[in-house]
Amino acid sequence: MDLNTLTISKVHKGLLQKKFSALELVKAYLDRINKDEKKISAFLTITKELAIEESKKIDDLIAKNKEISILAGIPLAIKDNIMVESVRITCASKILEDYKAPYDATCIKKLKELGAVILGKTNLDEFAMGASTEYSGFFPTKNPYDLGRVPGGSSGGSAAAVAANLCLASLGSDTGGSIRQPASFCGVVGLKPTYGAVSRYGLVAFASSLDQIGPITKTVEDAKIIFEAISGKDEMDSTSVEMPKIENYKLSRLKVEDPRFKESGKIENLRIGVPREYFVKGMDKEVEKIIKQSIKKIEAQGAKIEEINLPHTKYVIPTYYLVAMSEASANLARYDGIKYGLSKSGGKDLLSVYLKSRAEGFGNEVKRRIMLGTYVLSAGYYDAYYLKAQKVRTLIKQDFDKVFEKVDVIFSPVSPFPAFKLGEKTVDPLSMYLTDIFTASINLAGLPAVSIPVGWVGKLPVGLQIIGKPFEENRILEIGKTYEKNE
Amino acid sequence: MINKKQVNHIAELARIKLSERELKKFQKEFSAILDFFGLLKEVNTSKIFPTFHPLEHYLENKAEIIREDIPEPEDPKVKEKLIESAPSKKGKHIKVKAVF
Repeated sequence: MDLNTLTISKVHKGLLQKKFSALELVKAYLDRINKDEKKISAFLTITKELAIEESKKIDDLIAKNKEISILAGIPLAIKDNIMVESVRITCASKILEDYKAPYDATCIKKLKELGAVILGKTNLDEFAMGASTEYSGFFPTKNPYDLGRVPGGSSGGSAAAVAANLCLASLGSDTGGSIRQPASFCGVVGLKPTYGAVSRYGLVAFASSLDQIGPITKTVEDAKIIFEAISGKDEMDSTSVEMPKIENYKLSRLKVEDPRFKESGKIENLRIGVPREYFVKGMDKEVEKIIKQSIKKIEAQGAKIEEINLPHTKYVIPTYYLVAMSEASANLARYDGIKYGLSKSGGKDLLSVYLKSRAEGFGNEVKRRIMLGTYVLSAGYYDAYYLKAQKVRTLIKQDFDKVFEKVDVIFSPVSPFPAFKLGEKTVDPLSMYLTDIFTASINLAGLPAVSIPVGWVGKLPVGLQIIGKPFEENRILEIGKTYEKNE
Repeated sequence: MINKKQVNHIAELARIKLSERELKKFQKEFSAILDFFGLLKEVNTSKIFPTFHPLEHYLENKAEIIREDIPEPEDPKVKEKLIESAPSKKGKHIKVKAVF
């Protein structure tokens, strides 16, 4: 049995039937990391001892016939902007190179309580600012399907680690597409939950009104299990809410009436919107073809496809970057060389410590965003840039509200192209920003969306984006299941 | 077009020291990016309210979110770790350089 390709429920069954132990499982993953990490570069820290120790605890419970959760012994990788107590957390930045997390993030606390095992911390664009993981302050991560290409970003390490079977599943964070786009580029499932569904406590803040933590997995079912484990209200994050769940939503492809399923669960009653504005000039023709085929596929099963309009789409990128940069400039003011991380002195006064520590600690993209955010929030520019962007954000959100009166979900590409070559977009910052074109609107509106692998351009995977109404993660995941091989 | 003096001023506000080379590079990049942001000028937002929280109406009991500002003692172990993280310290205190 190949232990590195199992799903969560298969591991759970295997552990209960004593086909393998939690320790054997963890060792299989550590061996794979040992073998393949050199060419992928997905990890910033490997927590070998911690993983072995935790897996032994699970084996103890099994030996004593104690009940274990479905996540017990599941080997996970965690994006290195989420805190795991006493483990180094760098955010892929030189400014935090030697910083150790003083406590667990809420999502980590929940996963640990359920017995999940942490294999290590994964690479990202510095402070999650980027779309290729090339802006990591340490090294770029490679796409497992083509080592000359990027894995996407910013959760590139988390997506590559899952795709290369270096972990069973991982956690990422998504501010403008940072879970969905790398999931699409690496051919795995990536869920960006509704804003507020998962507590952000212990996630290093980038843009607080946009950030969400979510799972990156091999199957939709795994994404669902992890999402359910980490979601819910948390008193440590005042923006988190208790999920108003759609109970037991199951998408039925049965033509016969089944009283167990609500009307909305019947595929014949499913209304899918396809935004005209998300099929743009300059889009990769092959990607377009694959997405259109996947839409045809569900239509053939009975779903109703409707063309829709999201008229403010062309304003999404400037709006998103104005909001994200403004919030980043405030959030990253905390790195001052005093409280933690890199500290450079040399001058006489306090100001010189700030200026030097931040000059040496931050990379170019982070500096760009902090400075532009500072500029658009400064006196004289606040109304013209920041406030204007927050008003256009209202219009972008209203576009979605209107569409969701007519349709249940929206289908779109995740990215206009498959994984691009290393170095292709690092020269011009604007070209990198434009890669978020189909994903950033979802964060501005706070909606849930999932990337599902639906095809290939040559050897490169392509993801379909399924966007849902607030807190309808369950529905978009169930629809995503129809694209899986065994379905 | 944003000028060098402006970029320098922003860098000071953002507490980031820039070299002459960086200054030139950022001046060029910021001009292009701010031009691009200028696209929003064509949108009429005269009667539109800003959105600061995308799903505010889902927060039903806003009163519950706002709590009284009463300091609660932190777990001493966490406190120790937080102070331990500081690059420069003296006993239980974080040491800083003089402001002036």
